[in-house]
Amino acid sequence: MSHETCPSVKNILLLDSDGKRVAVKYFTEDWPTNSAKENFEKVVFTKTQKTNARTEAEIAMFENNIVVYKFVQDLHFFVTGGDYENELILATVLQAFFDSVGLLLRGNVDKKEALENLDLILLCIDEIADGGIILETDPNVIAGKVASNSIDSGAPLSEQTLSQALATAREHLARSLLK
Amino acid sequence: MAQPLVKKDDDRDDEAEYSPFMGIEKGSVLQEARVFNDPQLDARRCSQVITKLLYLLNQGETFTKVEATEVFFAVTKLFQSKDMGLRRMVYLMIKEISPSADEVIIVTSSLMKDMNSKIDMYKANAIRVLCRITDGTLLSQIERWSNEVQEAVQSRAALVQFHALALLHQIRQNDRLAVSKLVTSLTRGSVRSPLAQCLLIRYTSQVIYESGNNTASGERPFYDYLESCLRHKSEMVIFEAARAITELNGVTSRELTPAITVLQLFLSSSKPVLRFAAVRTLNKVAMTHPMAVTNCNIDMESLISDQNRSIATLAITTLLKTGNESSVDRLMKQITNFMSDIADEFKIVVVEAIRSLCLKFPLKYRSLMNFLSNILREEGGFDYKKAIVDSIVILISDIPDAKEAGLLHLCEFIEDCEFTYLSTQILHFLGIEGPKTSDPSKYIRYIYNRVHLENAIVRASAVSTLAKFGAAVDALKPRIFVLLRRCLFDSDDEVRDRATLYLNTLGGDGSVVETDKDVKDFLFGSFDIPLVNLENSLKNYEPSEEAFDINFVPKEVRSQPLAEKKAPGKKPSGLGAPPSGPLSTVDVYEKMLLTIPECANFGKLFKSSAPVELTEAETEYAVNVIKHIFDRHVVFQYNCTNTIAEQLLEDVIVNVDASEAEEFSEVFSKPIRSLPYDSPGQTFVAFEKPEGVSAVGKFSNVLKFIVKEVDPTTGEAEDDGVEDEYQLEDLEVVAADYVLKVGVSNFRNAWESLGPDFERVDEYGLGPRESLAEAVNTVINLLGLQPCEGTEEVPPNSRSHTCLLSGVFIGNVKVLVRLSFGLDGPKDVAMKLSVRSEDETVSDAIHEIVASG
Repeated sequence: MSHETCPSVKNILLLDSDGKRVAVKYFTEDWPTNSAKENFEKVVFTKTQKTNARTEAEIAMFENNIVVYKFVQDLHFFVTGGDYENELILATVLQAFFDSVGLLLRGNVDKKEALENLDLILLCIDEIADGGIILETDPNVIAGKVASNSIDSGAPLSEQTLSQALATAREHLARSLLK
Repeated sequence: MAQPLVKKDDDRDDEAEYSPFMGIEKGSVLQEARVFNDPQLDARRCSQVITKLLYLLNQGETFTKVEATEVFFAVTKLFQSKDMGLRRMVYLMIKEISPSADEVIIVTSSLMKDMNSKIDMYKANAIRVLCRITDGTLLSQIERWSNEVQEAVQSRAALVQFHALALLHQIRQNDRLAVSKLVTSLTRGSVRSPLAQCLLIRYTSQVIYESGNNTASGERPFYDYLESCLRHKSEMVIFEAARAITELNGVTSRELTPAITVLQLFLSSSKPVLRFAAVRTLNKVAMTHPMAVTNCNIDMESLISDQNRSIATLAITTLLKTGNESSVDRLMKQITNFMSDIADEFKIVVVEAIRSLCLKFPLKYRSLMNFLSNILREEGGFDYKKAIVDSIVILISDIPDAKEAGLLHLCEFIEDCEFTYLSTQILHFLGIEGPKTSDPSKYIRYIYNRVHLENAIVRASAVSTLAKFGAAVDALKPRIFVLLRRCLFDSDDEVRDRATLYLNTLGGDGSVVETDKDVKDFLFGSFDIPLVNLENSLKNYEPSEEAFDINFVPKEVRSQPLAEKKAPGKKPSGLGAPPSGPLSTVDVYEKMLLTIPECANFGKLFKSSAPVELTEAETEYAVNVIKHIFDRHVVFQYNCTNTIAEQLLEDVIVNVDASEAEEFSEVFSKPIRSLPYDSPGQTFVAFEKPEGVSAVGKFSNVLKFIVKEVDPTTGEAEDDGVEDEYQLEDLEVVAADYVLKVGVSNFRNAWESLGPDFERVDEYGLGPRESLAEAVNTVINLLGLQPCEGTEEVPPNSRSHTCLLSGVFIGNVKVLVRLSFGLDGPKDVAMKLSVRSEDETVSDAIHEIVASG
């Protein structure tokens, strides 16, 4: 059993309520082909779909990997780490992903909204981890970075300065928490 | 939870499959990508096209080489854009299409420019893309920035601190002292980021592990630091420290206590992740320190009803490991409720834990056996049922008192068992164990019921079991005969044949007489002829005056299964028989070789190799070779199998070309006269070589023979044959062939007594490896030496390992090897090899093995 000393994640997955991909990012070669990846997603999705992971993040092991997950509406969020990884670090990454997507989609977190803003979701994953190494876990910072460089000129976010964007983001977070 | 509004649901139904990417097609998106070449860039549109491309890649779509190149070149045009959003997408896109080396050059200059930009976003992302798409040359530059990195470790920004620490360690990892110094200075408390703190705990564990040997007495260095982390405000740090303490080498119960205490608190957390992490760690601790975990038993018990079944299963198996004799009954009651609502995979884990518990507390077999029999009656898949049956069988074999109850449970199970495999296994087992019980007659009813109610395979199996009772228990014989006679009217051939065979051989015509020992051996004794060989010999047998003699059936196993090679002339060992040691194998080979007159004067056989396959699986002729090493000779034993039913091979010989093995000269070869279909034969080729020297070389082999067609209906071969040949793989004699595994009891003494006179030390890089353990294993196998003092086992999560090996080199030269392995980077393994022996050429030869392997 070897492990990378540095805390790291193996993949970040966002699936819909049928187990289909919305956005996925794999950082390791554990699943070398697309079919291996799809297979893993299928196993993880089927075995978790009946659990209640809507208030607290849940956790399970698959193929010697630890998977933490959380669901909202028709979206299923997953973060996978090796079996040696500290479960709480993975949960922190999951929460960061979950909350920053919430901020970026302004609380309307569902599949339709996620696909319409797929660029933001992909950038969000890119801001969270690089090559499996965790880059950032503060949802406000992640959402702020993504939003400030968003192309969507129709949306007011891109015209705002970074600090304004952060303020809006925080407001959204607060709002989503109050729900 | 926010419920979707009813109106929204309606919307959904209308556009059930709505997606902005509906009907998206690779071809048209690639067309759209032409907008990247527009002189007036529309940033918004370009960004949308990139999103579409990324969507396709994300869905698993692949681009051909040409497509990828085109997209890549088009995307590079977008570096002209001043739009930050578009540029951010460009960086992402370049990472995703991972350009080839010659394409990378195109963007390098753009990225270099961005690296020196005033805008942080350009700077950061350009560096990230460069790291992703170029090789490690950047790292060498970074090493010069050591001071800057050192400063960054003190940064107030949490994640900067984390990355700086990881980088600093990466730079210094080869210098043990520097890492130790780094840890010493940082554990004094300037690291604030929880992630960085976790990383520091991991580095600290590593330093503790590496310094383990020289702190036999006194306090463990850095333990205080780990303990202080248990009071950190972040749960991730607390957990990391607690886990690190539980994994300390030879951890004492005093050291464990504070870690167990915090883990116990986590057990009652409202967060499933925290409960899972704690129970998983405690489960591991329970394997080595069950007493330390007993304090948590009450919390564990409440976890049995946890919603998360992984947590519940871990809790139960922990309890089963830590439970004492008095708590078993209560525990079993709780588990019974739990078993009904978990998946089979978890049930199997529980069954295995119960099996070990029962072996630990044999007095408690009654309640545990009852539990197993109850769950055996409930619904479940094959694997689960098999796990239960296996457990009962193990308990019956290990706990004599449990035998009768266990056998009856199995009997009841086969009354209603849907798995043929399990039924036949249990019937076989009953036939062995049942007659030895105090009242064998009570099992007969269960067995005979099978003859009425089951499929032919189970019926035949039941007939054999009945016969075993009849043969072993004389008093039962008359009754068994009555039952067997009824089986003569069965609708299945096999069942009738078996009944007839037993009725005719058991003797006594149904009266109470002792069964002849030879008959018992014939019917139920272990059968030492491979069935395939018997089948072939029977096929080849021509009806004549001469009766078929089973003693002429070859006993060698054909060369098909790679793993289970048996020595010729040696009985194939039954299931569970211990594998024969290397020495006894040599004895068998030596005897066999002595029957060849030409080998008579070769002296003592030094070593015989494991068989080396010279053909691919499933080819016309299967050939493997065993290398027999003598002091002045080498004999190749080619085991050949003809796998074509329509051919008979005669005068089979291997022509060996030793032109790439200059020190070897052929002395004789011994052909196989006749090689019928599927019955293995051996041909030998012997070489002379310089005495006592580890002569090495490569041999190419061609199988030569005369083929005769065989008529498949009569099995007769034609008179005229044709000469033919078949190219085999090359064979090598390597230095490891001259090494014998011989252990020493005290390595240190042996090492000291050999002295440093002929010591040879060198370092090797083994490149990237799957794991440290895998690297250690590979080198051990390569050298062919005996691991000493259990050093072939690599403790989990080690970053370094020392392995001690010993053996004897040809010419009776003692060799000792000390291997020091270390992880160099995430996967790369480096190794230091020190050899001591009684002869310097032998020390060099050992290095040669590694250098050429």
